[in-house]
Amino acid sequence: MADTHSGEIVAELEHVSRVYRMGSAEVRALDDFSFVFKRGEYWAVMGSSGSGKSTLLNILGCLDRPSEGQYRVRGTPTSQLDDDALSDVRSRELGFVFQSYNLIPQLDVLENILVPLFYQDDPPADGEQRARRLADRVGLGKRLEHRPTELSGGQQQRVAIARALVNDPALILADEATGNLDSQTALEILALFDELHAEGKTIVLVTHEPDVAARAERVLRLKDGKIESVYENRKVQA
Amino acid sequence: MKRASLWRTVRLGVSSLLLHKLRSALTTLGVLFGTSSVIAMLAIGEGASEKAQAEIRLLGSQNVILRSVKPREDFASNQQTRVNSYGLTDSDYERVSATFPGVGRVVPVREIYEEVRRGSRAMNPRVLACPPVYRDVTGRQVLEGRWITDQDERGIANVCVLSDEVARYLFPVEAPLGQTVKVGADYYTVVGTLMPRTRQRSDAPGAGEQTQAEVFIPLETGRKWYGNLQVKMRSGSREMEEVELHEVVIEVDQPDSVPTVAAAAREMLSRYHTQKDYEVVVPLEQLLLAEKTKRIFNLVLGSIASISLLVGGIGIMNVMLATVTERTREIGIRRALGAKRRHIVTQFLVETVVLSVGGGLLGVALGLIVPLIVEHFADMPTVITPSAPILAFLISAGVGVVFGIYPAWRAANMDPVEALRHE
Repeated sequence: MADTHSGEIVAELEHVSRVYRMGSAEVRALDDFSFVFKRGEYWAVMGSSGSGKSTLLNILGCLDRPSEGQYRVRGTPTSQLDDDALSDVRSRELGFVFQSYNLIPQLDVLENILVPLFYQDDPPADGEQRARRLADRVGLGKRLEHRPTELSGGQQQRVAIARALVNDPALILADEATGNLDSQTALEILALFDELHAEGKTIVLVTHEPDVAARAERVLRLKDGKIESVYENRKVQA
Repeated sequence: MKRASLWRTVRLGVSSLLLHKLRSALTTLGVLFGTSSVIAMLAIGEGASEKAQAEIRLLGSQNVILRSVKPREDFASNQQTRVNSYGLTDSDYERVSATFPGVGRVVPVREIYEEVRRGSRAMNPRVLACPPVYRDVTGRQVLEGRWITDQDERGIANVCVLSDEVARYLFPVEAPLGQTVKVGADYYTVVGTLMPRTRQRSDAPGAGEQTQAEVFIPLETGRKWYGNLQVKMRSGSREMEEVELHEVVIEVDQPDSVPTVAAAAREMLSRYHTQKDYEVVVPLEQLLLAEKTKRIFNLVLGSIASISLLVGGIGIMNVMLATVTERTREIGIRRALGAKRRHIVTQFLVETVVLSVGGGLLGVALGLIVPLIVEHFADMPTVITPSAPILAFLISAGVGVVFGIYPAWRAANMDPVEALRHE
């Protein structure tokens, strides 16, 4: 199971179940699921559709609450938190990267990167500088005024990654982040994730592509809401 | 919410609305017309009532006016030689001035049915024979020369005072003072002219149209030369009339006693007159009536305006509900990135208020223009009170809040997971 990495625990699931009711039937999307994500780890979550990987991602992302069990983000139990407090956790501790980039169309690049800070109760004073630095870092420093529709898919995903980093999150959640990209661009994005991992960021990447999962440090395979297997990828030095 | 972030929300709202320019513009139309009609109707209503009130005030709000009125003719009286004898009498006048409490000056007035001529120019103004005190009681002001004096009265002088309109018509070039005019068969020396009687707000358009063609002569002169029996030319037929006094103007000491004096006058007249050959005009009563009418008018206008604003508001709500559905995904993204419910509520509420306030501002502009057009083409006075645009503006903002709450609430209560999955 979870190995004995010496890092700080970032996210911890304790006997978590998520039960959906479909009429009289009961679907256990996650079933008594326990797992620990530690600082600096780079996980790929795999599994066929219906295996519970989306549900896991929603719970990790504080978008959904477990039906049973406890989920802690950096030690904070989330089951008892109300909607506002959960929103707080999302804006401070989490960064999201989606398959379809999910930039806000009426905002330009810089504004899109700044959105998570906008919703913090006490936003950092250097937010805009930080956003500019991040835009530079993902290679879009010269396109700050551009709207998402003026960017290619790869560029949009870079903006989304910058946005996911702007609040310096404890955990970066990526949902099929390369799913909409051609293979060349996908490789570029994955290289960016590698860089982030090298910097010590904690990343959970949900994917159904073995190639993508192979880039992660470790792989968590789900089946029917339970852990099927956990293994470490052997790093191939390029 | 901090000011900077509210400002950012407003900017965001504007840019979201600008993504659908036509839709936003059409949506504001309801509020636009609602707001402008509030202002325009208030302006027209206010103008009409101010005109009515000015006219009533010219009569003197502290006066009670008794007038002789020709009673309705019975069918047998159509002969040309018949003498109509009716109206107020000298005894009525004496009873009023001697016995009425709370009465100041009482002024008897006779009207002379004669043409006024000056050379080849002739006109038919009201020729009024009145004592000197008439001027004070009715608030007329002398422009040039002087008013009728007690001396004129005692000496039965053939002098006259012309109202502005008469003076301008009969004396287009030379100064009227000292000249003579012919009233009926007699010559009168012009001793004074009157200021035009204008509305109180002389800056308002249309002011200065309240003059009336009038010629004043001393009461005694009128009695002496024209007598009580007069021939009145009317639409080709001649009528003989015998009237002692055409008008008695009663000046009341205090505004509070006006209703008492009016009631006493009605009581007295009904006792001494067998037929209804008089009327009692109480400007104060008319003023109150005019105010009441104005209230009703405002109520009706208010309802119409509320209905159009209601319709406008529903239109906005409808569009905002569609917008919320259309932007479900954006809501999901924002929620995932940490937006609380109140952030989403604020965002959509601000957007709705921007729409309605935009409509409101344009409506205020249109509402200020429409009265000018009405005034120009329909020749109706309009008055825009400063409170009208402010009121209309606040109402439009209120419409935005009221009709924005439900769409914003819907947006805020979406499940983030569902919203993110929305295509």
